[in-house]
Amino acid sequence: MMLKAKLLKARMLKAKIAGHVLTLAATVLLGGLLSAVLVRLAPGFDVDERELDPHLSAQSVQALRAAREQDQNIFRFYLSYMNRVAHGDLGKSFSLGQPVRTLLRDRAPTTLRLLALGLAMAWVAALALALSAAWLKASIFDAASTLLSAALLCLPAAVLALLSVLWNISGSLAIALIVFPRIYRYSRNLLTRSYSLPHIVTARAKGLGEARILLWHAIPGIAPQLLALAGVSVSMAVGAAIPVEALCGLPGVGQLAWQAALGRDLPLLVNITILVTLVTLLANSGADVIGQVFRSQES
Amino acid sequence: MKKACAQAIAVASICIAFLATLAMAQTGGELRFCLRMEPKTFDPLKVEDEASVQVRYLTGGTLVRINRQTQELAPELALAWKVSKDGRQISFRLRSGISFSDGTPFSATDVAYTMQQLMDPALHSPTGDAFRSGTGSVETKIVSPTQISITFPAPVAGLDRLFDQVAILSQHSPKRELAVLGPFMLADYKPGASVLLKKNPNYWKTDEEGRKLPYLDSIRLDIQPNRDVEMLRFKRGELDLINSLDSEYFDKLAATSPQVAHDAGPSLDSEQLWFNEVARAPIPDSKKAWFRSTNFRLAISDAINREDLSRIVFHRHAQPAAGPFSPANKFWFNSKLTPPAYDSNAALKMLQGEGFRLENGTLKDKSGNAVVFSIITNAGSKIRERMAVLIQDDLQKIGIHVNVVTLDFPSLIERMTQSFDYEAIILGLTNVDLDPNGEMNVWLSSSENHQWNPQQKTPETAWEAEVDRLMRVQASSVDPKKRKEAFDRVQEIVVEQEPFIFLINKNSLSAVSTRVHGAVPVILSPQTFWNAERLTVAGQ
Amino acid sequence: MNLWQKLASALLAGVLCAAATASWLAPRGYAGQDREAISEPPSRAHWLGTDELGRDRFARVLYGTRISLLLAPAAALLSTLMAAVIGGLAGYLGGTWARMAMAVTDLFLSLPWLFLLITARALMPLNVSPLFSVVVTFLLLGLLGWTTAARVLCASAASLRSADFVRQARAVGVSGQRLFWIHVLPNLKPVLFAQFWISIPVFILSEANLGILGLGVAEPMPSWGSLLKELEGLVSVGEEPWKFVPLALLVLVVMSFQSLLARQEEMTA
Repeated sequence: MMLKAKLLKARMLKAKIAGHVLTLAATVLLGGLLSAVLVRLAPGFDVDERELDPHLSAQSVQALRAAREQDQNIFRFYLSYMNRVAHGDLGKSFSLGQPVRTLLRDRAPTTLRLLALGLAMAWVAALALALSAAWLKASIFDAASTLLSAALLCLPAAVLALLSVLWNISGSLAIALIVFPRIYRYSRNLLTRSYSLPHIVTARAKGLGEARILLWHAIPGIAPQLLALAGVSVSMAVGAAIPVEALCGLPGVGQLAWQAALGRDLPLLVNITILVTLVTLLANSGADVIGQVFRSQES
Repeated sequence: MKKACAQAIAVASICIAFLATLAMAQTGGELRFCLRMEPKTFDPLKVEDEASVQVRYLTGGTLVRINRQTQELAPELALAWKVSKDGRQISFRLRSGISFSDGTPFSATDVAYTMQQLMDPALHSPTGDAFRSGTGSVETKIVSPTQISITFPAPVAGLDRLFDQVAILSQHSPKRELAVLGPFMLADYKPGASVLLKKNPNYWKTDEEGRKLPYLDSIRLDIQPNRDVEMLRFKRGELDLINSLDSEYFDKLAATSPQVAHDAGPSLDSEQLWFNEVARAPIPDSKKAWFRSTNFRLAISDAINREDLSRIVFHRHAQPAAGPFSPANKFWFNSKLTPPAYDSNAALKMLQGEGFRLENGTLKDKSGNAVVFSIITNAGSKIRERMAVLIQDDLQKIGIHVNVVTLDFPSLIERMTQSFDYEAIILGLTNVDLDPNGEMNVWLSSSENHQWNPQQKTPETAWEAEVDRLMRVQASSVDPKKRKEAFDRVQEIVVEQEPFIFLINKNSLSAVSTRVHGAVPVILSPQTFWNAERLTVAGQ
Repeated sequence: MNLWQKLASALLAGVLCAAATASWLAPRGYAGQDREAISEPPSRAHWLGTDELGRDRFARVLYGTRISLLLAPAAALLSTLMAAVIGGLAGYLGGTWARMAMAVTDLFLSLPWLFLLITARALMPLNVSPLFSVVVTFLLLGLLGWTTAARVLCASAASLRSADFVRQARAVGVSGQRLFWIHVLPNLKPVLFAQFWISIPVFILSEANLGILGLGVAEPMPSWGSLLKELEGLVSVGEEPWKFVPLALLVLVVMSFQSLLARQEEMTA
C-alpha cells in the first residue's frame, strides 16, 4: 500500500513538473510571437535609414526595400524562425549583419556579470537598511533611508549611469543604485509589518533572541513575498541594464537590445525577448516554488 | 681641465638625451578617439555609414586623394591620370613596387578587379552608384602592370574626384578585404566596444626626409554613441580628439583650455525645414494648398530669425544659410546669393497678399481656417528640437500656431518616405562631397530623394522641370565652367521657390588634445585625422 | 500627526498652492523666450535663472508641477489598483487563476513595450493639444506599470489565504467577497503603499524618457521629467547648482508623500 501511494505521488509530481515546463515553454513562445507582432505593427518597421543617401540609385533603393519585404507576414516569419531555431540557427541581425547566436554568446557574460553583481549589492543594501529600520525603529534612521531611496528614485537612470562613468565606478553599482530604492521600500514595509505582528511582539517582549526571531519567525512569515520581489528584481535589473550598458559603453545584451530597438531589427529583438522572457519566467517560477515550500512549512 | 671636460660631457649627454626624446616623440604612440556608431562593414565597397567610412579612410589605399585642406585632387597610388574629352574614360599611371599589407604585390589587375566588383549590379552601395551614369557595363583595359584605363557607358561628372572613395582591393590575396594599401590595417575588432588599427608595415609612403609613414603605431577607436561620455573621457585624457563637437561642449572646452578647441569655419552641412507638397499626402486639402504656394513658403522663410538660430542654438558657431550649398564650397557656391533677412512684417504682408489675414492674434487663410501645422524632427537631436522651438516662437509672432513633435528616426523616415503623413519637417543634410552631382537624386523630380515631393512621374511645376533640365546639363558636361553655370542657376531657382527653407550652415567644430602633434582641423570629413599618417602623439 | 507629517503636509500644500497660482507668481509664462538672456544664473528677474532658450526656469518649475503633480499620482493610483486586482485577487483565488495571472504578468514584464508606445504615438494625430498627449502618456504608464507589485501581491495574498484568521473567518461563514475586501485587502496595504509611492517618481521620469518617442509633454510645455533631463548635461551642472532645484523639490515632494502614507499605514494597522 505504501509503495503504491509513493509511486502515485511520484507520478503526480512528474506530471506537475511536466505541466510547469509546458506552461513555461508555451509562455516563452508566446512572448516571442507577441514581441514580433509589436515590432511589426510599430511604424518604421520596413524603412531603412540607408534609403536617405542621395548617392544611391533608384534600383538600389528598390533593392533595399525588397530585402525588407521578406518579413512582412509576421506569422510566416515566426514559423520559419521556429524552424531555424530547431536547427540551432537563431537568424541574422539586420543592423549588424552578424549571426544572432554569436552576438548573444559574446555579450551574455558581460550582462550576466553586471546583473549578478548589481542585484547582489542592491539586495544586501536593501535588506540591511530594511532590517535596521524594523529593528531600531528610530525615526531619524528611517527618514535618512527614505531620503536616500527617494533621491535615487528621482535621479534619471541616464544621470546615474553618467555619474558612474564620471566617478569611474563599475556599471554594476549603477544598476544597484537603480534597483535598490525599489526593493528597499517593499522589503522595509514587509519587514515592519512582520515585526508588528502580535506573536513577534510577544516574543520580543518575552526576551527571545533577536537573531532567532528574525530567522525563524519574521523572515519566514514574509519569505514568499520577498522571494516574489527577488524574482521581479531580476526584471528590474534587466530593464536598468539597457541604459546603463548603452551609456557606460559595456558591450552586453542591453546595449544590443537598444540598438536593435532603434533599428527595428526583428530577428535580434525576437531572440532577446525570448531570452528575457525565459530569464524572467525562471526567476519568478523559482521564487514561486521556493515560496510554496515556505508556505507549506508554515502550515 | 678634467672638471671642464666632465662638465662638457655632462652637457653634451643632456643635449643628446633631449634630442633623442624629441626624436622619439616624433614617432610611435597610439591615437585614441571615438566612433559614434558600430561600423556596419569592413568591406570598402559596401561602406555607407559614417563609422565605416572613417575606418575605410584610415585603412584603404586610393588611386587619388582629395587633400582635405586644399580641396585639390592629389596623386596617391596613381602617379598621373587623364580624363578623356567626352568624360567617359579615365586612364591611370600607377606606382610600381608597392605591396598590400600582407605582402601581396599591387598592380593594375587589382584596380581592374576592384572596379569590376564595384560595378557589379547586385552590389547596392553609394560608392558604386556614384559611378552609374547610364546603363551598360564598365570596361577596364590593362595596358601594363602600371597602366590601366576604365571606360564608362555614359559621361560621369567629376569622374576623377570620385576615385577618392574607391579603396583598392587585392585580387589574389588570401586575406581578401583585410589586405589593405592604406596607412593602417585592422588588427582587432571587439563588437560593441572598440576597433584597433595597427600601422601597415608595407605602407609605401615616406615623408620628405625619407622616414616611413605612418608615424603612429596604432589607432584605437572606441564605440561610444553618447556625447556626454565622449566629452568626459576627452577631458580626462582618455581620448586624443573629438572629430565633430557640439557647440555647447565647444564653448565649455574653449573656456577652460582654448588651444584644444578648434573652429574651422562654416562646413558643408546645412539644416533645413521643408513642407509636405505631395499630392496624395493624408493631410487636409487646405494645408496642401498653403504648402504648395511659393509665397507661403517665402513668407515663412522671412519670418524665421536665422541670426537667433545661429546665436542661441549654435552659440554663434554657425551662419545663416543662403541656399543649398554652403559658402565653404568655394567653387560651387553661387556667391550672388545671400541669406534671407529676418522680416516678419514683410512676411505678414506677403501672406496677406495671398489672402491670409490676422484675426485676434491668429492667422487665418481665405476660407477662415486657422493656420496651424506641426513640425516633426528626430528626437535625440537637441539642436533640432531647439531650432523647432525657436521657429515655433518666431511664427507665433505672425499668428501661426506650430506644434513641435519629436519622433524616433525610423518613424520619422516612414512618414517622410512612405506614408507622407507629415506637414513640416526639420532635418539636416551632411554633405561629404563638394560636387553637386552627388546630390543629383535630391534635385531630380522623379527621384526618391526629392524630399518634398518625391517620385513625380512628370515634373509638377515649371521650375522643377527647369531644375531637372539644368541638373542633366551639369551631369553630362565635362567643362567645369558650363557645369557651374548650370548649377548656379539651380541654386537661384531653389532660393526663389524655397522648396527647402535653408536655415543655417554649421561650423566645423573639433577638439584636439595638446598631446597630438601635426593635426590641422579642416571642414571636410574626416576633419581632424585627415592626415592621420603624419600625426604623432607625445607623452605615452 | 507628528512633526514630520506636519511639515510634509505643509510642504505639499505649499507646492500645490504655488502651482495653482503660477500665472500670478510667474506672469511671463513658461514659453516666453528672453532671447537676450540665455542660460543665465539666478537674478531678480529670473529667480532660478533661464534655460538654453531664455525661458524662465522658475515659471517652468511651477507650470511643470501642475502637470506632473496631478497626473503622476493619478497614474500611480491606476497602476496600484490594477496590481491589487490582478495580483491580489489572483493570489487570493489561487489555483489556475493565480497561474494564469502570473504567466500574464511575466509576459508583461518581458515584452518590448517601447513598440506599443511608438504605435500609440503613430495613432495620435500630429496636431494634438499638449495636454492630451501627456494624459495619454500617463495613462499608458499606469496601464503598464503594475507588474512589479502584482507578483508580490500575489505572493502576499496566497500566504493570507492559508492564514489562521482567514480560515477562522471562512469557518464562521464570511462570504468570499467580503473576506477579500475587508479582511485580505487591508493586509496587502504595505505592498500597495510601497507600489504607489515608488510609482510617482518613476512615472515622472518615464514621461520624460518617452519624449524620445514623441509622447509626453509637447514643447514648449514643461514637465518635471523634462526639467530633470537638464541634469544629463553633467559636464556643466557642477558649476550651475540651481539646475538641481527641480530635483531637490521632487525629492522633498516624494518624501512628503511617504510621510503622509506612513501616517495612513499607522492609522489602519
